[in-house]
Amino acid sequence: MERYDQARFSQEDDAEYEPLLSEKSTQEVEVESSLPDELTRNSIELPDLSEPELARHYVRLSQQNYGVDTGPYPLGSCTMKYNPKFTEDLAARPSAAVHPDRSEESVQGTLGLLHGLQEQLAKIGGMDAVTLQPPAGAAGEFAGILLAKAYHESQDEGEQRDEIVIPDSAHGTNFASAALGGYDVVELPSAEDGRVDLDALDAAVGENTAALMLTNPNTLGLFERDIEEIADIVHDAGGLLYYDGANLNALLGRARPGDMGFDIMHFNVHKTFATPHGGGGPGAGPVGVTEDLAAFLPNPQVRETDDGFEFFEPDSSIGKVHGFYGNWLVLVKAYAYIARLGDDGLSDASAKAVLNANYLAEQVEYDVPFEPFHHEFVASAGDQDAADVAKRMLDYAVHPPTTKWPEIVSEALMTEPTEVESKRTLDQLAAAFNAVAGEDDDALADAPERTTARRIDQTQAARNPRLSWHALDN
Amino acid sequence: MSGAGGSPYAPHTPDETAEMLAAVDADSVEDLFDIPESVRFDGEYGLDARTEQETRREVGDLLAANDDLTEFLGRGHYDHYVPSLVDTISQRSEFITSYTQYQPEVTQGFLQVLFEYQSLLVELTGLEIANCSMYDAATALAEAVLLAKRVRQADGTRVLLPENTREERVGVVENYVAGNDLTVETYPTESGTVDLDALRETADDDTLFVYAENPSTDGVIEENLQQIGSLADDHDALFCLGSDPVALSLLQRPADVGADVVVGDAAALGMPTSYGMGLGLFACREDFLRQVPGRLVGASEDSAGKRAYTLTLQTREQHIRRERATSNICTNQAWVALRAAIHAAQLGPQGLVDLAERMVELPRDLASDLDDVRGVRAPVNDGHHFREFVAHTDQPASAVAADLETEGFAVHAVGDHELQICVTDANEPEIPELVAAFEEVA
Repeated sequence: MERYDQARFSQEDDAEYEPLLSEKSTQEVEVESSLPDELTRNSIELPDLSEPELARHYVRLSQQNYGVDTGPYPLGSCTMKYNPKFTEDLAARPSAAVHPDRSEESVQGTLGLLHGLQEQLAKIGGMDAVTLQPPAGAAGEFAGILLAKAYHESQDEGEQRDEIVIPDSAHGTNFASAALGGYDVVELPSAEDGRVDLDALDAAVGENTAALMLTNPNTLGLFERDIEEIADIVHDAGGLLYYDGANLNALLGRARPGDMGFDIMHFNVHKTFATPHGGGGPGAGPVGVTEDLAAFLPNPQVRETDDGFEFFEPDSSIGKVHGFYGNWLVLVKAYAYIARLGDDGLSDASAKAVLNANYLAEQVEYDVPFEPFHHEFVASAGDQDAADVAKRMLDYAVHPPTTKWPEIVSEALMTEPTEVESKRTLDQLAAAFNAVAGEDDDALADAPERTTARRIDQTQAARNPRLSWHALDN
Repeated sequence: MSGAGGSPYAPHTPDETAEMLAAVDADSVEDLFDIPESVRFDGEYGLDARTEQETRREVGDLLAANDDLTEFLGRGHYDHYVPSLVDTISQRSEFITSYTQYQPEVTQGFLQVLFEYQSLLVELTGLEIANCSMYDAATALAEAVLLAKRVRQADGTRVLLPENTREERVGVVENYVAGNDLTVETYPTESGTVDLDALRETADDDTLFVYAENPSTDGVIEENLQQIGSLADDHDALFCLGSDPVALSLLQRPADVGADVVVGDAAALGMPTSYGMGLGLFACREDFLRQVPGRLVGASEDSAGKRAYTLTLQTREQHIRRERATSNICTNQAWVALRAAIHAAQLGPQGLVDLAERMVELPRDLASDLDDVRGVRAPVNDGHHFREFVAHTDQPASAVAADLETEGFAVHAVGDHELQICVTDANEPEIPELVAAFEEVA
């Protein structure tokens, strides 16, 4: 069996943690300046190492880190697919390194690419217009909330519509983004089949509803088959339908949010369009809207004229959601990925993502209570603690799935292998699941045993927060 | 490589696909999609596929349509020379292709870099807490306002920003406070810095938040930070200072002037100009620990008693606290923070101070050179400058800027007869050519 061995899996008994830079060499420098003393600080104390020492420090740390290029990374709702390397080359071009205050005439390449990506995403989402400004999925959600608010205000219903309806299985960001926009959150309980409960929805929406936020397929991987009826219920009540794009990797080439009746959607380009997650970011969260909402999009938008590309401010723009134009370098990579794949590649990506999830689920012994799922499935660890299962899977040299969420499945193991894993790798993942499924609580509680760090004490970290090397000295 | 027309990154051979389909008892992959016919899409977006070579050439050609100008641009987005170590390390697959550190036992490397990044900001600001990133300076400022709303005991509704703050930043703050009963106001500045008398006049007990920048957006070093801090304190308002890691290496330490929160764009280190992609710096006093937005990395121990790092105090965050979270942020700018941390380490403390001191000398010298050009007066503002300054042109500034662009240089036109010019180690070698171009066009 293949192993994804890295430093983290070769711990020896006497291994020490990599010292902090500050523990290796620190220097306190007295600040001397041509400025008057009262305008400067007195001193600064920071690590002081040579470049060769730094190179080894960071390479050593990189070897204690697991990435998609290290091994399978089946985190549900995260779409950890392979990040093509050629897109990095494009983003690193000197011609991409431009300042945001350049004249529009002098950055026609940048505006052309942004325009091209607006068009690509509009087609993929079935939307009429797209803004690229939101720098992450949650920022896209917030922009979408502001768009819904602006729309209702234009209908003189801004104050009246003060609620956002969100299913209980939704991503946490949905609730937080709605609250950030000043809305009351109405939580919608799922039906027994794991989907939206139409009766509950009917009861939940009304004259106070600004929007329903929905992920489709939902976090259980289930397609909301009643989506048209859902759209009718929400629209009849005067509300808008918002699409959380986190799970769009299930639908490429087969369904578009715009065709299902969604009015607003965000894309997670760091999921669906393969830009690297970078250990937490940067991502990008472009937002698409139907024609009725295009006038409210953030400022500026890019359009094509006879003379090239230019910015324009939509008539009733909500203004800015980022200080400049969003995460430009991420957008370059997303554009290149879509251009590389085209219709057939995108469609095949979803086909293989869904095939992989189904195949893996079939091999895994844990119960999968909800189906038919698409790009991800949620297994239940049953009597085992899902968090412990995850820790034990690390010992089998694979990254575990997302755990304990969505709560609708007890001890959830939310698993999304993506299209990039081969049958052989999926078999290895299944073997890891199944090995852990057969183990007792003691083995799980002691896990992981073979990683650089053993089980980390979360309680101590939170009770005695030490958030810098300064705090370690105390 | 998989079959023609498919995803080049899906490794399935036709045989494997058939085997897998058999295992799940399906005739075709399409059988696995539970999508009603009425909302089915025919799959034709109208997007052509390309080989990697073709894509690289086409996208490369598109980017090459950007004019190759030497930029003397700043105003919140800065270019310093980025050492090659930053690119080499940050492109290591283990770092760039990893996810948020929800399994800390196998992501110690990234966690430690983020811990070192937080520590760098703690040293630079003198404040006890720094998070491991917001999106950019504008959203970090907006999050600071929302923090103020959460931590202030008494009611307060007024958010005071200097009038020379970039209007985009003001706009972002206005959008972020839309869910609260707060009003965003600007207060006067004088010669590029805070007009202390005007601020004293306007600040009252309804003031929640006072913001100032050092250096200011106009490039002037603020000389009254202590007084601004005291003034905010008198009204029990939060004092938020905007800056960046290079400036903080030399200028007054925020903790010494009473700053409660420090925000800014930390991508001044680690990133070339990237059309405004940033790194939201966020540091604050320890008292606000439980109300901080964004992710925090803390030190702990593993079960073998060894030091280990982990994301901590996650009950503040959206995936646990949902609508009661301190922020909706999830994906952040971690990889940009990694780059900034490596850049700072490569410079070391003396290198940082020397770079910052250069940012004081360069604008002073360039302003002096341009002041000798007929038709130009520089700097317009009194005081000391950092990286950039405003210059007066006898001709309309927009015409001078356009003519300079023809000569291969980009500068800001910020008023009818005012240009702003930003000079750093990155464009320093082109200074003589810029001055010569001014002599041609001004």
